[in-house]
Amino acid sequence: MILRMHDICKDFPLGEGTIRILDHINLEVEEGSYLAIMGPSGSGKTTLMNLIGCLDVPTSGEYELAGRTITNCSDDELAEIRNKEIGFVFQSFNLLPKMSALENVALPLLYGNVKKAERLERARAALETVGLSNRVDFMPEQMSGGQCQRAAIARAIVGGPSLLLADEPTGALDSASGKQVMKLFDALHKQGATIIMITHDHTIASYADHTLSIFDGQLSDVGKGGRYEEE
Amino acid sequence: MKENILLSFQSILNHRLRSLLTMLGIIIGIASIITIVSTIKGTNEQIKSNLIGSGNNVVTVSLSSVEGYYDPEYSEIPNNVRICTEKDRKELLSLSGVKDAALYLQRTWSEGVFFRNNSFSGKVVGADINYLSVYGYRLDKGRGFISEDFTARRKVVIVESTVVASLFEGEDPIGQTLEIKGEPFTVVGIVSPGNETKLKIETPEDYYMYNQNSSGTLFVPIDCWPVLYRYDEPPMVAIKSASTDTMTVAGTNAANALNKNLVTGENYKYTAVDIQEQASQIQEFTSSTNRQLIWIAGISLLVGGIGVMNIMLVSVTERTREIGLKKAIGAKKKRILLQFLTEAGVLTFLGGLIGVLAGIGFSFLLSGLIGTPTAISFPACLIAVVFSIVIGVVFGLIPAVKASNLNPIDALRRD
Repeated sequence: MILRMHDICKDFPLGEGTIRILDHINLEVEEGSYLAIMGPSGSGKTTLMNLIGCLDVPTSGEYELAGRTITNCSDDELAEIRNKEIGFVFQSFNLLPKMSALENVALPLLYGNVKKAERLERARAALETVGLSNRVDFMPEQMSGGQCQRAAIARAIVGGPSLLLADEPTGALDSASGKQVMKLFDALHKQGATIIMITHDHTIASYADHTLSIFDGQLSDVGKGGRYEEE
Repeated sequence: MKENILLSFQSILNHRLRSLLTMLGIIIGIASIITIVSTIKGTNEQIKSNLIGSGNNVVTVSLSSVEGYYDPEYSEIPNNVRICTEKDRKELLSLSGVKDAALYLQRTWSEGVFFRNNSFSGKVVGADINYLSVYGYRLDKGRGFISEDFTARRKVVIVESTVVASLFEGEDPIGQTLEIKGEPFTVVGIVSPGNETKLKIETPEDYYMYNQNSSGTLFVPIDCWPVLYRYDEPPMVAIKSASTDTMTVAGTNAANALNKNLVTGENYKYTAVDIQEQASQIQEFTSSTNRQLIWIAGISLLVGGIGVMNIMLVSVTERTREIGLKKAIGAKKKRILLQFLTEAGVLTFLGGLIGVLAGIGFSFLLSGLIGTPTAISFPACLIAVVFSIVIGVVFGLIPAVKASNLNPIDALRRD
């Protein structure tokens, strides 16, 4: 089991009271799974992703990731877990504009205190995995959206994380680039990566092995991937 | 750290104009301070060179009153003080720091000195045989003192070269007769100071301090002094020290020895008039005046520091998303804090460096244009650069803390 959430609630302050965004969430993800979480705006999927990604801590409940209990971690402990265990892929790539593709990809290794020569070597290998070995020294502005997202995926996988967490990974891409990115996720999954993808796009969700739906802060199992596409 | 420094340089290069404008306050502040410090150092070195750098290394030891006024030039020797003799002088030579010593009497303002119709109002010194060598005088023409001048109380006079033009109007003075207090004295030699001093007389204080040097000096054998003035004036002692650094020690030792041997009672004592001490006092005065200028220049550094803080705060706001991403991929608080502190430090380091170079350039320019003395103090330059870095770190602290405390979720959401 790579991820286990038990009875997770997340409240946010609203006026003098609080509002519950996640309501008693239970989730278990096996190693090597490919999971899509779908839901409309305001359903709590981003909050759930923040919790899964250790960017935030739950109000109550228990969360374990790669054998570590996350619930009571400090900011620095969370940062270390994010660095070692999670690879983020954002909708808008979030590449640093003044750094080359190689430097962007090597960045998580810098925070993992990996030596420079090894950082660059591993970053090159990651770029090769995503098919960007010929764009190593390109700046983000010199690359297409699809290439930028592939570079962002390279950055996510460079540290060998336990979990790849993708938030609307094709949201900012045209359909052809989107397909390329999804094929890349497929390939990574086949190599053994555990992937959780947050999306509101049924087509994209259909790439996953399994789809969960979130609505009003409650999670429900929808079933195998591709179901929405079939319906 | 190396990575942070490289990233900081990259960030500064990416925002060249903004970085330069941010550094401007630091540049101006540091440049002003370096200019002032260089001028202080230049002035001090000039004072030192004018007063003590001439190579004499001579300390004057003379009798003074503990309470009230006593001028050894015009006063008779007090009852409880014995006259300093050649034997006492020889004893002084064994003291630490004392290389040579001479006994002398003097009138700083002389009266009754004539050559034909010309009068002389400069200094007249009743010198012993060692005096001219102690003060490092060079014989230009004629001869110096010989022992017979003293034993036979010969009425001979040696004149300083500056007197030749003023009193003798360019005529060769050797063999001429001078009238001193009604007594005829024959000029036997012309001497010049061993090392020319180039005194700058710019203020009335300078004038009163140095004017005795401007009219020139006449030297007569000390044994003739009673013929001219009094019988019982207490001789002053000129102590030549081994080096400039030992002047104070030599003077103090000599004064102590004279007090022990010659003085009984508490009313009078021999004290050393150390020209190095005088120089120090003038230097201290110059330095304290200029120190106030440094404080004023410091204000521009403060303004520069606030400018750095302002820009760093803007930078944190601008780069919120970048900070969010870095935190999301594993950067700890300390890492972000260090990154921004390093950036502020590198920014002000560059500002300080440019400021030091500008300050050096400006002080030389000022020296060339209006003739102020200048001397670059490398420790001051080093301190200025280090201080600039400290300013950057201090004023960069608030923005850096703000950056490190950003919530990655909020930061990533920011456009």
